[in-house]
Amino acid sequence: MPALLVLERAYARLKRDASFQRELHGWLKRYAGRPTRLYFADHLSRRLGGARIYLKREDLLHTGAHKINNTLGQALLARRLRKTRLIAETGAGQHGVATATVAALFGLRCAIFMGAEDVERQSLNVFRMKLLGATVHVVESGSRTLKDAMTEALRDWIATVEDTFYLIGSTAGPHPYPVIVRDFQAVIGEEARRQIRATAGRLPDVCIACVGGGSNAMGLFHAFRDDARVELVGVEAAGRGLETGAHAASLAAGQVGVLHGNKTYLLQDETGQIRSAHSIAAGLDYPGVGPEHAHLRDSGRARYVTVGDDEAVEALRLLTATEGIIPALESAHAVAHAVRLAPRLDRRKILLVNLSGRGDKDMPTVAAHLGVTLA
Amino acid sequence: MSRIASAFAALRARGEVALVPYFTAGDPDLATSEALVRAAVAEGADAIELGVPFSDPMADGPVLQRSAGRALAAGTTLPRVLELVGRLRATISQPLILFGYYNPFFRYGVAELARDAASAGADGLLCVDLPPEEAHDLRTAARTANLDLIALLAPTTPPARIRTIARTASGFLYFVSVLGTTGARADLPSALPEWVRRVRQVTSLPVGVGFGISQPEQAAWIAGFADAVIIGSAIARWRTAAPMRHRRGWRVFSEPSGRRCAPLPPPARDRRSAADGQRVERRRTRRGALSGVPGADGLQAPGAAVPRLPALRAPRASRRR
Repeated sequence: MPALLVLERAYARLKRDASFQRELHGWLKRYAGRPTRLYFADHLSRRLGGARIYLKREDLLHTGAHKINNTLGQALLARRLRKTRLIAETGAGQHGVATATVAALFGLRCAIFMGAEDVERQSLNVFRMKLLGATVHVVESGSRTLKDAMTEALRDWIATVEDTFYLIGSTAGPHPYPVIVRDFQAVIGEEARRQIRATAGRLPDVCIACVGGGSNAMGLFHAFRDDARVELVGVEAAGRGLETGAHAASLAAGQVGVLHGNKTYLLQDETGQIRSAHSIAAGLDYPGVGPEHAHLRDSGRARYVTVGDDEAVEALRLLTATEGIIPALESAHAVAHAVRLAPRLDRRKILLVNLSGRGDKDMPTVAAHLGVTLA
Repeated sequence: MSRIASAFAALRARGEVALVPYFTAGDPDLATSEALVRAAVAEGADAIELGVPFSDPMADGPVLQRSAGRALAAGTTLPRVLELVGRLRATISQPLILFGYYNPFFRYGVAELARDAASAGADGLLCVDLPPEEAHDLRTAARTANLDLIALLAPTTPPARIRTIARTASGFLYFVSVLGTTGARADLPSALPEWVRRVRQVTSLPVGVGFGISQPEQAAWIAGFADAVIIGSAIARWRTAAPMRHRRGWRVFSEPSGRRCAPLPPPARDRRSAADGQRVERRRTRRGALSGVPGADGLQAPGAAVPRLPALRAPRASRRR
């Protein structure tokens, strides 16, 4: 807890520190590849025959997902706090890779916590992390996915807080993390807002992003929060269907609770035990959701829908076939909602979808889902 | 005065230190927990911590994680733990403290929990993952129900924060002896007496020390400067009450086989005549505290200001699982 108070104070100072912001901006531009393109998915839009779909191409960033925006920011924070070791939880492995990457870049030691189930389905990312010099701890406790990885990372941190910085990847966890992660990801929406005005001459009608813990969605939504006419839609993972219980839709089917230091909607039983989540997208496989999303939902500013495993895979195939872009399974949930929505709207309407990551890591999972055996 | 406060006052008056075992309620089932608690009390436990199992016990090491897992698998819920408290309270007079994580408390309703826990006969609540800044609701509920809300302090807690926490805490302060999760440690930090001394500078509340204590010698050492010794993981695998034999001997948590029992320090009863001033003196000089542990004196480095407890036996790797 004292570590959190130190972090809160340090971040409040650095947020206004021009040299810190310049340094971060420099790394984002020279290293991560910002700004990312805003791409008009003309072929997909025509195929669907309705609203125009724009993709914010976070998948083009270094390491293949939006996660690097935040890991660069927090690694610079860690350096200012003179920490020499980074730890992180990861689900799909994208945040783990992005953390291991900045650790390699800045010469910091690194340990990644990853659920055993995720290690199995994301073996490529596990190898990447190891190659980058990180130690990967396979978490066998609980449901063996993202929540358990986070719990285990917290356990490590309480024992190592003196030299270790816990680099949380989502807008979850204890304060001030949800705010820090949102701020470092807000660059997504800031760029997209400028870009859509420059290319389309106006703001979008709907912003769409997938929501697990909620970092890419918060990054997109934050810049549009005061644009009352822009609808914000978060897409949760319905997994095998809300009625089956095998899903990760905390806002759609959870109740208020407290986990990992934040109060939010959680998948839990009536006695407050946390239930395990399921999604074909490992990065959405978390039984909670960032507390600010809970607030956006309850205040009515944002709306949250669900997309299941099958529909996400179909959306991945459609985007791949029409645009030659293979999205991450997480991002495919957002694409799937656009696919649903676009035909019901006319061509003057604009949908802005956050393509938060690329799909390379998911090929074994998609192949298995489609019944294809890879050599 | 609460049952916890009066228990500590009575111990203090006798120059004794509380032995507080922790049992996860419902591991492997509630009937066994009940038997273990009764046996512990019969053999000299001064208070009992009853763990309310939680699916994501982030402050616990592997031993208590598995313990909570077994309890949940056996269908243990907070209402059933409260029933256990009621059954225990009917026959034992020692303080009972519920030790748990916030979400089950929150889902039950903190006001309802405090009310029902108090009426069942619990004396205190300890919520591991609720920082004092966020504890207003639970604190109010506990106060209304005349329950003590036990606060945790860590080695990293800065002095100003210790003061803040001590101001709103009641019962006793639970000092976490190590940076990290629960679970037996071969060595405890040598600075522990100094840390506890710093806590005492800002509060008159009793200070209990827990986390990591796995050996009788460690307990005896801690008894030299703390008001309570709290033992959890080291006894988590017990299924019978057989090994709980020696009142205040600090031997209660060695292996059930008894083979690993250490020679006992003198029973605290022998020191009962010690006046309060002498007891304080005992706290300052560890030699007194460990004088009853054969071998311990010899292992103390001459002139060491802050003694480090030596591991008298190399722990088997399995003990840290």
